[in-house]
Amino acid sequence: MASVHKFALGSIAALALSAVAAPALAQQGLDEPFQKPFREALAGKTVAYVPVAMNFDLTEGWYAGLKKELEPYGVKFVIRDPNWNTNAGAQAVTSLISEKPAVMVIHNPDVQTYAKLLQRAENEGIYVIQINMGSAYRSSAFVGANWIEIGERQTEGVVKACQGKSNKIAIIQGALSAAASAYTLKGVENVLAKHPEIKVVSSQAADWDAAKAKAITQTVLKQNPDLCGIVGFWDGMDIGTAAAIKEAGLTGKVFLATSGGGERKGACELVKNGSFDLDMSYDVPTQAAQMAGTIKWLLSSGVKAGSVKGSEYTTLIPITKENADNQMTCWNLSDLKK
Amino acid sequence: MKRVRVSQQEIVFAVFAALFLTFSVFLNGFLSADNMLTLLQNVAVLGILGLAMAIVVIGRGIDLSLIAALAVPGGLVLQMVQNGHSLPASLLAAGLLAIAVGLVNGWLIAYAEVPPLFATLATGLFVAGLGQAALFQLDVVQWSDGMAGFERLGQGSILGIPTSIVMFAIACVVVFVLLRQTRWGAYIYAIGDNPFAARVTGIPSRPIIVLQYVLAALIGCFAGLVLAASVNSMPTRIFNSTLIYDVILVVVLGGIGLSGGRGGVVNVIIGTLLIGTMLNGMTILNIPYAGQNLIKGLVLLIAVITDTLLNPRNEETAQQGDI
Repeated sequence: MASVHKFALGSIAALALSAVAAPALAQQGLDEPFQKPFREALAGKTVAYVPVAMNFDLTEGWYAGLKKELEPYGVKFVIRDPNWNTNAGAQAVTSLISEKPAVMVIHNPDVQTYAKLLQRAENEGIYVIQINMGSAYRSSAFVGANWIEIGERQTEGVVKACQGKSNKIAIIQGALSAAASAYTLKGVENVLAKHPEIKVVSSQAADWDAAKAKAITQTVLKQNPDLCGIVGFWDGMDIGTAAAIKEAGLTGKVFLATSGGGERKGACELVKNGSFDLDMSYDVPTQAAQMAGTIKWLLSSGVKAGSVKGSEYTTLIPITKENADNQMTCWNLSDLKK
Repeated sequence: MKRVRVSQQEIVFAVFAALFLTFSVFLNGFLSADNMLTLLQNVAVLGILGLAMAIVVIGRGIDLSLIAALAVPGGLVLQMVQNGHSLPASLLAAGLLAIAVGLVNGWLIAYAEVPPLFATLATGLFVAGLGQAALFQLDVVQWSDGMAGFERLGQGSILGIPTSIVMFAIACVVVFVLLRQTRWGAYIYAIGDNPFAARVTGIPSRPIIVLQYVLAALIGCFAGLVLAASVNSMPTRIFNSTLIYDVILVVVLGGIGLSGGRGGVVNVIIGTLLIGTMLNGMTILNIPYAGQNLIKGLVLLIAVITDTLLNPRNEETAQQGDI
């Protein structure tokens, strides 16, 4: 009996041992079949980047974000900086088409100028991703803010703040030629159409210029000291609007809604110190990550350029006093570049 | 019939007076003390720049690098403080940069004898490019905690008068004293009137020309600091704007001929007031941007045409051309 027992025990032990040992011997990695083609699809590819200009938070942020995501895979970057010159931009796009990068990331100065060129680029097999400012041509992907929504949500904020007050508001537009400004204005109009009680006492273009925005706001506030809100079109410009409100001693009484890329110094800090009451942020690092994701998808899918077309509108972050302190709400260019 | 002789300065003043009266009568809230101060405050920086340009234009030159001298040294102060340098050190660096810009301009024009139009166009581009490429991280340089207190240069008020107006007034007095009370000022007029005669009479014309451009750059830098303080940031992209035309406009409209040797601080004030009144009135009227440009252009045309009709060109301008 005892020997039988022993034998049984021995065989169980042997079985157990072999059960443990066998897979150990057989433990060779399993190849994931898609990662190699993915790496190969990205390695050595060129992404050309044509913003309207470098040196401002949005375009620097997009570039830093793209590089961070794609450079480790061996993607090369070409950058053409037209420095606010639409003609130079069109030339850059034209010459890039003949250089045949795999992807072009385009920040349009307006709706028309690049439209034909972008279509040509996709016909030549270059994927075109448009960022924040779309053109009349719909390319493989558009990643960016929905300006109409921005205008609507800013105005909703102002209208709400005006309840029980004078209902007088002012609008500080950007540059008249910029489609982003015109789209935002449409959003403002959409909300105002539902609120006939709101009276727009001034609607002026300040050319994205803080000094002009300040001058206009000062004059408007002198004429209408009971103003209850201002819809501004860009936080970089509305620093001037906020300075005028502060000088008039009306901080907290005039609700200032604006929008921007959510850079810490230009957005969160200014919301915290009361300059802005609402800053609709189209979080630049998220936009960069979405672009990078789209580029990865396009390159690895191998679809024909221009055969798929889609949009990724940015989910907006409304920055107010409540979340301005949160580390995740805003971003730093220097951190993004690291 | 006796010919009426009215100077351009008087014409522009008349246009200003007419506009001012019209706005005062028909525009509610225009002629309030508050609005008058706002009007002046809005054009104070333009006025300070006009003074800088006036010094150069009186000496028969032109300074297209003025906006770069406003944007880059001013931006440098904000950037350096943001990077952790002390405010005085940053101000010193900005001042030195402005002086360097002026010296290069002056040397090119006075010694290398490059026409001022080209020399300053090039230095302006260079300085703006330097700022973008080497000095600033972003186009809009933000205010940082180290600048606390400095915003008083452009915000708030002194004895009820907004600070930027006070700064414009101080700049006016300084430039007035320089042009009218010092020998250097007299030399500038002499050089502007007739550079060859000035040299023959023993005026050190080359150093004086250098001095003009250094002064212009320093005043430009001062205007930049006032601007930055008033909007709590330095939008260095302002170099790409049309501000330089507005500055030339203020000077020429005020009656300082581009042929040099004429005009003074009063002309700059008149030019600035006209532009300020137009801007303020049109903002109150809520005239759309395109309409504003139309009206601005129209008023200018009226001023220029009236001037040509009342003061036909003399032989001097006919020979030299206007610029």
